[in-house]
Amino acid sequence: MTPLSTQPRQRRFDVDTLLDDPATRIVVCCGSGGVGKTTTAAALALRAAERGRRTVVLTIDPARRLAQSMGLDELDNSPRTVVGVDETGGGSLDAMMLDMKRTFDEVVLAHAPPDKAAAVLDNPFYQALSTSFTGTQEYMAMEKLGQLRAQDSWDLIVVDTPPSRSALDFLDAPARLGSFLDGRLIRVLTAPARAGGRAGFRLVSAGFGVFTGALTKVLGGDLLSDVQTFVGALDSMFGGFRERAEQTYALLQNPETTFVVVAAPEPDALREAAYFVERLAGDGMPLGGLVLNRVHTSEVPALTAAQSVSAADHLAESPEHSLAAASLLLHAERMRVIDREQRLARRFSTAHPSVPVVEVPAFATDVHDLDGLRDVGESLAKEG
Amino acid sequence: MVDWERVRLHIVTGKGGTGKTTVSAALALALAAGGRRVLLVEVEGRQGFASLFDSPPLPYEERKVAVAADGGDVFALAIDAQDAVLEYLQMYYRLGRAGKALDRMGALEFATTIAPGLRDVLMTGKTYEAARRRGTGGGFAYDAIVMDAPPTGRVTRFLNVNEEVTELTRVGPINRQADSIMSLFRSPATAVHVVTVLEEMPVQETADGIAELTAARLPVGAIVVNQVRPSPLPEPALVAAQSGSVDTEALRAGLVAGDLADLPHMTDDLVDAWAAGLRAEVIDHAHRVTLEQEQAERLAAIGPPLITLPKLAEGIDLGSLYTLAQMMRDRGVRGWDGRAGR
Repeated sequence: MTPLSTQPRQRRFDVDTLLDDPATRIVVCCGSGGVGKTTTAAALALRAAERGRRTVVLTIDPARRLAQSMGLDELDNSPRTVVGVDETGGGSLDAMMLDMKRTFDEVVLAHAPPDKAAAVLDNPFYQALSTSFTGTQEYMAMEKLGQLRAQDSWDLIVVDTPPSRSALDFLDAPARLGSFLDGRLIRVLTAPARAGGRAGFRLVSAGFGVFTGALTKVLGGDLLSDVQTFVGALDSMFGGFRERAEQTYALLQNPETTFVVVAAPEPDALREAAYFVERLAGDGMPLGGLVLNRVHTSEVPALTAAQSVSAADHLAESPEHSLAAASLLLHAERMRVIDREQRLARRFSTAHPSVPVVEVPAFATDVHDLDGLRDVGESLAKEG
Repeated sequence: MVDWERVRLHIVTGKGGTGKTTVSAALALALAAGGRRVLLVEVEGRQGFASLFDSPPLPYEERKVAVAADGGDVFALAIDAQDAVLEYLQMYYRLGRAGKALDRMGALEFATTIAPGLRDVLMTGKTYEAARRRGTGGGFAYDAIVMDAPPTGRVTRFLNVNEEVTELTRVGPINRQADSIMSLFRSPATAVHVVTVLEEMPVQETADGIAELTAARLPVGAIVVNQVRPSPLPEPALVAAQSGSVDTEALRAGLVAGDLADLPHMTDDLVDAWAAGLRAEVIDHAHRVTLEQEQAERLAAIGPPLITLPKLAEGIDLGSLYTLAQMMRDRGVRGWDGRAGR
């Protein structure tokens, strides 16, 4: 349920209502890299837990100290209980960090017969692919999300998404992987492995000899046969892979899922956020709202940058006012930053008036403990 | 001061948002000053150099984008992965129609969009080719190459991709090529520079990134500390504010002397409130300076020389690139004459 996104007049993103709603089962935090996505996901999860929901947070690449504070020093690819959470409301918090390779291995083991699975896991091409394939991280994040949901041990799953330049990668990567696995190249590569190669020959008769010749020349014979073995083994698992990717994608369109788009008040981050918001609308995926992180504020908002600079100029000749003059210059700089950020935020809201927004002030230090996460949670929920 | 007399390939990395594209462009201008030829290479398809140099989007071709101080040319190249794969195959294998067959089969798309390892092979391969290319005089075609490389978290893997290639291929022309590329990247002719700002996460990534580069035997050049803002506060006032002490009376007196107390609707109470507000902002600023000083100390302890560049109030435009380039020269950055022939 995402009541907020259907009320165009509601501008303030009401985080607590979203987190408290028993119908909210999955919250996906998206946004371009470097906007505080991981921190936002962790803060939302902690807040939900302390408001009484049994919550698990799936993080992708947390900063080391934040990971330590949540007991995530070790990669074990399964959720662990976070110590220090206030559980008096009946909630709890588990956390896990995604281990991409292990998740991929698990998928292989789940879908292939044991002998084939062992052949895949030993294949050098698989070993390269499972750690570096574009989209592997996104695909595996979705896979893990599907697993956690299927386990049904939590009221709420909060997901952080992989750091990428474009927030859309999270949605597109699994499809890209799927289309690669279904693609012509794979069919060509697997052709010799299929019985008699008859279907394969019809498919590729035109250029196949030249093609494999070229590949052998370029890649060396060993690599090509590694690729062919791998793809041959993968071929038998195609159905399983595609089905799972489709199921997880459908999960994201389910009303029990809500997307939270995270941005910072910078042109690139807000442009990415805008793309993402439009894409969610296009795909019928429910949007909760926009979290605008690292917004600057002033203690003296009525004193403009121009007034400060002019007063500082006035004081420049008087050494006894050097502190005041410098303070006014600092204030002027701060006001210019605030003006720029507010202009960017207004531009986003004008273009996307139905998207509720919540602003989180810039903190002096990075968040690296539960208290810090609680503070972020407070700012997320504070009445604007 | 830095000494890069022998460095011909400068690889610039850094956490996203720290300004590595700007630093790359300024470094190219600094190296080109005094009549040298420098090539800027872009590998992430963002057309960042085109917008910095006010040029239309760069095609897959080396284009002159700027003239450096005292004569000297900066060229830029945005490597397009699909074009690069074809060019690479033609260059090393003379594939002819097999190249087209690869294209039809979707192999190029596979190579360039799906498998990042292969993409990285192409990007490093093209950069290597440009670095090794000979000009008409028998020396190198470019005195220096500056690459705007992937971010710190990915750069070691990116530069090391040819190591993986040598392990995967074992023999053959690709193996030999990959071996030559690794030799160049690990030689004193290469330096990897890491750009950072004085914040906790970028500094941590810088430390981690340099450890990874070092472990991979890739030569680290300098740490570029970017966007440094000197404090406008007089030193004693800054030190006092860092321990929480600000003379609020002096702020109030300044507001009055600066005629701000005479603004319409001002009251004595409001002047007090403004003075208190400014005090809070000064404390906040001093706190940030303290954190920045801590980060600066961490950076200094890592080892490589630091090059500090200021945050320019006017933002980044073509003019400010020259300002930053001059600052780099003031800190000892010099180009190397690679075209005289050896």
